[in-house]
Amino acid sequence: MRNEKDILPERAQSIRFSECSGDGSGIKCEAESVSGSISQRACVYCGARVVLNPITDAFHIVHGPIGCSSYTWDIRGSLSSGDEIYRNSYSTDLRERDVIFGGEKKLIAAIDEVMAMHAPKLIFIYATCIVGVIGDDIVAVCNAAEEKYGIRVIPVKSPGFSGTKKTGYKAACNAIMSLIRPATLPVKKTIGVNILGDFNLAGEMWIIKEYLRRIGVKPIANITGDSTCEDLKKAPTAQLNLVQCAGSMTYLAKQMEEEFDIPFIKVSFFGVTDTSDSLMRIAYAIGGEEIISKTKAFIEEEKNRVIPLLNRYKKNLEGKKAAIYVGGGFKAISLIRQFEEFGIKTVMVGTQTGSKEDYALIQSLVGEDTIILDDANPAELESFMLEMGADILVGGVKERPLAYKLGVAFCDHNHERKRPLAGYQGSLNFASEINLSMNSPVWETIAIGGK
Amino acid sequence: MLDLTPKEVSERKALRINPLKTCQPVGAIYAALGVHNCMPHSHGSQGCCSFHRMFLTRHFKEPAIAASSSFTEGASVFGGGSNLKTAIKNIFEIYNPDIIAVHTTCLSETIGDDLVTYITDAKIPEGKIVVHTNTPSYVGSHVTGYSNMIVGLINYLSQNTGEKNGKLALFPGFVNPGDMREMKKIMTLMGVEYTMLPDTSGVMDAPMTGTYNMYPKGGTKVDDIKDLGNCELSIGLGEITSIAPAEFLEKKCKVPFQSLPLPIGVELTDQFVMSLNHFSKNEVPYALEEERGQLVDILLDSHQYTQNKKVAIYGDPDTVLGLAAFALEMGMIPKYLTTGTPGKDFEANAQALFEKFGVEDCVAKSNVDLFLLQQWIKNDGVDLLIGGTHGKFLAKAEDIPFVRAGFPILDRYVHSYLPLVGYKGGMRLAEMILSALMDRQDRDCEDEDMEMIM
Repeated sequence: MRNEKDILPERAQSIRFSECSGDGSGIKCEAESVSGSISQRACVYCGARVVLNPITDAFHIVHGPIGCSSYTWDIRGSLSSGDEIYRNSYSTDLRERDVIFGGEKKLIAAIDEVMAMHAPKLIFIYATCIVGVIGDDIVAVCNAAEEKYGIRVIPVKSPGFSGTKKTGYKAACNAIMSLIRPATLPVKKTIGVNILGDFNLAGEMWIIKEYLRRIGVKPIANITGDSTCEDLKKAPTAQLNLVQCAGSMTYLAKQMEEEFDIPFIKVSFFGVTDTSDSLMRIAYAIGGEEIISKTKAFIEEEKNRVIPLLNRYKKNLEGKKAAIYVGGGFKAISLIRQFEEFGIKTVMVGTQTGSKEDYALIQSLVGEDTIILDDANPAELESFMLEMGADILVGGVKERPLAYKLGVAFCDHNHERKRPLAGYQGSLNFASEINLSMNSPVWETIAIGGK
Repeated sequence: MLDLTPKEVSERKALRINPLKTCQPVGAIYAALGVHNCMPHSHGSQGCCSFHRMFLTRHFKEPAIAASSSFTEGASVFGGGSNLKTAIKNIFEIYNPDIIAVHTTCLSETIGDDLVTYITDAKIPEGKIVVHTNTPSYVGSHVTGYSNMIVGLINYLSQNTGEKNGKLALFPGFVNPGDMREMKKIMTLMGVEYTMLPDTSGVMDAPMTGTYNMYPKGGTKVDDIKDLGNCELSIGLGEITSIAPAEFLEKKCKVPFQSLPLPIGVELTDQFVMSLNHFSKNEVPYALEEERGQLVDILLDSHQYTQNKKVAIYGDPDTVLGLAAFALEMGMIPKYLTTGTPGKDFEANAQALFEKFGVEDCVAKSNVDLFLLQQWIKNDGVDLLIGGTHGKFLAKAEDIPFVRAGFPILDRYVHSYLPLVGYKGGMRLAEMILSALMDRQDRDCEDEDMEMIM
């Protein structure tokens, strides 16, 4: 193993060179982080919050000390076409007194105070680390509030220590199921699909919905980007679920398949290839000559529009080396393919919460010497980016300054993306962003001073 | 976006909406980052550490390192002792800091983890140091956590050896690296030998060099923290933030202290300079006198644009009080002063300021949120809003000119490199305030009233 000095012994099983084993079985993933490691990962609460937060007309009340609420205030830049309630921060701001005497009374009062000022349809109550420890029964509080006010008040049990971010995704999915589960199942399905796992960052949900409209497929519910309580409740009537962020939403899709008899397919709208493939698969899944021919025509039209534009970037990008460190496996996979379209080789790829299947697929896509790592820390990222000579890193907020300090270009493919990166237009934006960052004049300025 | 805030203020006892504070641990990490070769360590769940690093990175646009005990279900039942033990071993083996600065979280505090015992029992390599402080998230705010970490460092490290070192100990308050640089500049100009704790300059504003240093050049050296106990005097800047470490150093090492407001604006900077003058017995050099004269000159030139303008200021208590004092020097009326950090001193100090300048109908309140401030403004408006990023939505909803100052600023660049303190900081603030007010005048005036020269 290379870079041995930079790797905690406990971490060695979470880092693989692609040649080691062909089926992903060799990598240790979906495990707790190692104590003392500067993990880039978040917690159970964070997982639950990022999935539910884009529900625009929900009041998200965080039951716990102020931090959990303040750090997730408007956390992901999900856009809304209507309500803006979700962009405010509501919390019980638990104090020492509450920790000693219990926080239930304060939570009840907080719900009352929301109800006194507004007319919500839906409230989520998040239980953070200490809520379970001090023994607050948030389920009972939520039930009582539902009875008192006749609205949905849904508990989200998400103590930070109770697993990884993925556990939080599950908690969020359970909350969604609790919201959308109808008293009686709809007999007849509507012709249309739910979109699962797009959070409308920079308006990406709107792009996907526009594409569906163009190929003649009706979107029923967005889960959860730019969604509302009422829209979500229509979800059980859909005939098909499209699962984009597989890491967070496969669990929900499976539940909906079991309970509502809605099959699902995994899709990705990152990159021309994946977008086109996904649209064709949606068309075939829905079926019908008209939709299939419409889809083919639409893909053709969009490809004809964007590929010549993308090719203009190619001369700037070809032969560069990319490093990827993102949240989930599915995005990493799309990114590898997208880089390939530009002739960029992925030399390092890692995720915070990828599964064994994700890593197996990743391994099949990358070169033999590509480094694959799960739940990496900055020292590992630094060491491998330098060793592999990466020209650009794709990651999130904590990775950005690290890349810049190393003199490596950067593209935010997480909460802080400011331009949509999904769909054909998104591919163009992505090309433009990585080109701008890799070929910025700032690198010349830096070179004059040192290097 | 904040259109759903009702004008009518109803009493809230339980619900916090749009907070003006965050929790202790992030302040503890920020303070620990101001120690050279130090690894901050969060003894709690994974998410805490991740959120704090994200938050600091968003403010400073720099890497912010910290390790975590990564609590599991087991740790939360049986205690986090073994997590901390493993963490200490791993951190020294791989990240090799000189010192680990551990802080607690709401979780580890609630389950009653005994950090003193854990650290005593831990295997700490020769010459390496582990310190800790208690930072329960349900007490105080990030400002409290910052003070507590400084106290923790002194508690573990500072010694009075009986031999005075002739130095001044300076606690800079919860400020940016740019402010710390300005304080150091002023002390150097005054010929004062000092140790500043913490010192995040050179860490959270480190230059781009093409290599990533986990521990950049800046930060207070461990040996200097040990030697704090031999200082002649300590000055705590920011009466609310720095009183705890100053008092603690006096208690532990018999170092007398002076507590001063953050040196924002003319008079408060004068106070700081005069204290340094008493300490060093050195004359105020012309370079500083000149800066002061320039600042006063600017205030005089521009006073017609600021006179009687009403301003709302929110943020950390000492920063708000300093900004309010400077606003008053500019002839403005600090109509609303608010902080999310609990504590009555803020209100008392603000009242004293109102009385001193003879302004009426001004309100100062601690332990409140941005939601309430917006309600106040809806009922009786202001001409200017000063504070961190979160106020931008309020400024937009109520259409008020907005100056970003304080913590956190998540949506702009450069701010952390430049000072608010000192005469230079005053010039910068004056420029920001005047530009905001005068841009608004240009924007709103009729075409025929548009002035070329202002």
